[in-house]
Amino acid sequence: MQQTRAVELGTGLFVFMGILALFFLTTRVSTFDAYSGDGGYELKARFDQIGTLKVRAPVSISGVQIGRVTAIEFDTARLEAVVTMRIASRYGGIPNDSDASILTSGILGGQYIGLQPGGSEEPFRDGDEIMFTQSAVVLEQLISKYLFGQGSRGE
Amino acid sequence: MERLPPRGLRRLAYEIGWSLRGFFGTFGAGQLFLLRIIADLPYALARPGLVIRQVYVTGVQSLVVIMLAGLFVGMVLALQAYLTLSRFGAEDTIGMVAALGLVRELGPVVTALLFAGRAGTALSSEIGLMRATDQLSGMEMMAVDPIKRVVAPRFLGGVIAVPILTVIFSAMGIFGAWLEAVIILGVDEGAFWSQMQAQVDLREDVMSGIIKSFFFGIAASLLAVFEGYNCVPTAEGVGRATTRAVVHTSLTVLVLNFMLTAWLLGGN
Repeated sequence: MQQTRAVELGTGLFVFMGILALFFLTTRVSTFDAYSGDGGYELKARFDQIGTLKVRAPVSISGVQIGRVTAIEFDTARLEAVVTMRIASRYGGIPNDSDASILTSGILGGQYIGLQPGGSEEPFRDGDEIMFTQSAVVLEQLISKYLFGQGSRGE
Repeated sequence: MERLPPRGLRRLAYEIGWSLRGFFGTFGAGQLFLLRIIADLPYALARPGLVIRQVYVTGVQSLVVIMLAGLFVGMVLALQAYLTLSRFGAEDTIGMVAALGLVRELGPVVTALLFAGRAGTALSSEIGLMRATDQLSGMEMMAVDPIKRVVAPRFLGGVIAVPILTVIFSAMGIFGAWLEAVIILGVDEGAFWSQMQAQVDLREDVMSGIIKSFFFGIAASLLAVFEGYNCVPTAEGVGRATTRAVVHTSLTVLVLNFMLTAWLLGGN
């Protein structure tokens, strides 16, 4: 009987430690991805060039992350990339003439979408398209433009 | 025993065929054994005392090994990450590197390997000794099914214990990484935790590690009880079964780890 109690106590403590460790891993170590799932609203934007933008890349405004890229497709009719993003519902009042550009964080960092607020009174609604967009800067194109630009000026 | 074919290619083909037959035979026997255990699990659940005792034997008694291993794996991970990342001035990301490595890979795999060495060997030698000393036959004589009474509770206890041990291992590892990075190497504490929280995703990283450990628990427990139950009933046979259980578990866990990682994380 005494031994059974010790076994039960030990097992109870063991399972309790496991729950404690799981709690630590879920709250302190990781974050639940608040931008995926059904919450929030969706926006679309068309770009000529998206560079290395990936699905799940952050969408931010003034450097604060407000959402994520959820899908990237190529529109064969208009020959443009269509980027779909989901914005958390608490960032609701963004003016609907805001513009989106694809930016790079740091020198080697990944690419993200930065929004610049516009001046409209009307906010974005679910499914809206961002009218003003600026494509990603591709380093090779930039370098070749610079090189050829230099060349033609010299003539 | 039929006569062996003479030397040469025919002998070679015979040997290869024989060992392939042995491999698939054991593989199939393992699957059937798993089905028998699953069929008897309701019986084990109806007597939770037996299962709790096995969780105690396999889990609680591996706890110190797991915690020490986790602590030092976390510390060395932080140290190695620091030595490389500080060249690029990126030592703030140590927390993220250590946490991702532990939660996704090292936690489940190292825990399963240690479990095979610490608890799996105990399981297979215990059951093997029961076989060698005719205790299992004795149970059958008394109309007690040894799979219900001996094997199923041990299997279930292992399956319950491994994910819990994995979570404890990962938590201890992150504690060890924190100790090494923040206390010893002087990395900024705020950056350590915030980088970790920003990059570690609950569903993709933490849950995939726990799902993996669940499969590893099934594999490690199954192989331990299977080898013990089917051992040659001699002193040497029990020893061989124990060795085989560890070797097979280690290989199975490593192969399974790749397949599960490709399945859980490989989509993008």
